[in-house]
Amino acid sequence: MADHKVVETSGQSSGLMGWIDKRFPLTSNIKAHLTEYYAPKNFNFWYFFGSLALLVLVMQIVTGIFLTMHYKPSAAEAFASVEYIMRDVFGGNIIRYMHSTGASMFFVVVYLHMFRGLIYGSYRNPRELIWLFGVGIFLCLMGEAFFGYLLPWGQMSYWGAQVIVNLFATIPLIGPDIAEWLRGDYLVSDATLNRFFAFHVIALPLVILGLVMSHLIALHEVGSNNPDGVEIKAKKDKATGIPLDGIPFHPYYTVKDMVGVVVFLIVFATIMFFAPEMGGYFLEANNFIPADPLKTPAHIAPVWYFTPYYSILRAVPPIGISQFPGVAAMGLSVMIFALLPWLDRSPVKSIRYRGTLYKKWLAAFVVSFLVLGYLGTVPSNVWGQFGPWLAGADRATVVARIFTVVYFAFFILMPWYSAKDKTKPVPERVTG
Amino acid sequence: MSDKKTEVGAKARVDSSNALSFSAPNLIDQEKRNFIITATACTGAIGAAAVAVPFIGSMLPSERAKAAGAPVEIDISKIKPGEMMLEEWRGQPVWILNRTDEMTADLAKHHDELADPDSKVAQQPEYCKNANRAIKPNMAVMVGLCTHLGCSPQKKLEAGGDMGENWTGGFFCPCHGSKFDLAGRVFKGSPAPTNLVVPPHQYLTETTLLIGVDTVEA
Repeated sequence: MADHKVVETSGQSSGLMGWIDKRFPLTSNIKAHLTEYYAPKNFNFWYFFGSLALLVLVMQIVTGIFLTMHYKPSAAEAFASVEYIMRDVFGGNIIRYMHSTGASMFFVVVYLHMFRGLIYGSYRNPRELIWLFGVGIFLCLMGEAFFGYLLPWGQMSYWGAQVIVNLFATIPLIGPDIAEWLRGDYLVSDATLNRFFAFHVIALPLVILGLVMSHLIALHEVGSNNPDGVEIKAKKDKATGIPLDGIPFHPYYTVKDMVGVVVFLIVFATIMFFAPEMGGYFLEANNFIPADPLKTPAHIAPVWYFTPYYSILRAVPPIGISQFPGVAAMGLSVMIFALLPWLDRSPVKSIRYRGTLYKKWLAAFVVSFLVLGYLGTVPSNVWGQFGPWLAGADRATVVARIFTVVYFAFFILMPWYSAKDKTKPVPERVTG
Repeated sequence: MSDKKTEVGAKARVDSSNALSFSAPNLIDQEKRNFIITATACTGAIGAAAVAVPFIGSMLPSERAKAAGAPVEIDISKIKPGEMMLEEWRGQPVWILNRTDEMTADLAKHHDELADPDSKVAQQPEYCKNANRAIKPNMAVMVGLCTHLGCSPQKKLEAGGDMGENWTGGFFCPCHGSKFDLAGRVFKGSPAPTNLVVPPHQYLTETTLLIGVDTVEA
């Protein structure tokens, strides 16, 4: 915001804009955030996903509004009302599939957006708060996805909610009371569905919008990072004060992002029209069966975007008679992202100038994220059992334990290996 | 903001001391002001906490939800040995398993593989804290919810099968892979920490089971 204070607008233009500008800082805001927001000129492929996340957010809000016009948040009517939307409401199936595909695609773009931050060190000083707001958005998004998944009131909705609410019940001493308070009943029921609806359609969206605003305000205050990880504000044109390697966000990046939007929408529409269930990964088959509190589906797994954390939950064995360690490990596996700005001790930001040690660790992290993600989608006895030498343990569980250790080691050992890593010299200006 | 006022106040003190008067109109008693601010903030916080009570409390189980927990009476005469019946009590699945004599006898054979073979953790009423976790040795009554995160395990009553060669019959939770034996005791290495819950129950007649109340104090 520091930059836009110097822009004098009131009294300059006449007509409607002049009238508005005397009463509301419209022109100065357009300049500060679009036409005179100078972003590094070397943005690449990875920089599409921030604006795409914003696009998906808008799509989810709009489709969500139209779904609430027909959906009924009660245990007796929810499942039928979703089927009603799918079969009887004009365009209802498209709106619903847009919303369900949007949920998965939201996580696709957010995971890629986070990976961008990871490889180019976008979380480093002075962008720690941008990163923290981002982690907050990610957490809310997970909550939003979880609450939303209960609403169709199918079998996976029901048992997914049962498992997640019971995560809170494992907190020592106060856990069972918290779980009961969250459910509003002794089991997941009509009361639970009704309040999850409230969280999903109003409480969390408001929080997410606030966090997205804060994320962008903080970004525009310090300026964008770039694939070289050098600060463009360090080299400014002496006459104009504009960064030498900066170009106005509009029109340069609005036009670039539009290309990304078009490609993204092609992919999105293809999924939405031809594979909205994505072979059971976006919408699970068991969720087309109404919720039955007495019968857990034979194979239960969360939607794909939760599976790495779910694997960690399954992998950690109980200590004593408490299953809290597994739950704590799962919570930590998400929350630990928030510590990245302080764990990374490398003198350089971007992966371009880091050494092989960091790259190996990053590769190990990506592999463990993907393997844990896969294992979370399959039953724990999928690969059979080890022989008596490992007490007949499930092979998949042992593998999940190994990769859980790798996952956490990436973060916990980062202060050591990022400092020890041999880095290359960083250029003074961006390399294009 | 308060810094600014303190400055004004400090300046005012100097001025007023020159005038040898404490009743100067621009004198600010910072101590008094701090007290009033703190007192106001505390009162406000108490008010906010009081307002939060109905909101947080509104999320607790309602009176209607609390009332829906009456005991259930079940005729168990039709459960043949080796078969299991599923009943609902307080919205939870309750299993009534009529073990064969062989199944009951086998319960003692795998104690070293169990986390709590002697049912030391109070997951059952006192009258079921025995080798079979049951009132009638063959008739097992359990809440069919995994003690890990509340999924309902599947029955894998037969030995072997897809559960591996060493499987002696029991239950397998599809959510996180916990394994229980035919008395609902958890196998070591499962995510579930404790044995399945045995609900309070009693036999009204030889073939009528009442789940939800017992005559003995649990």
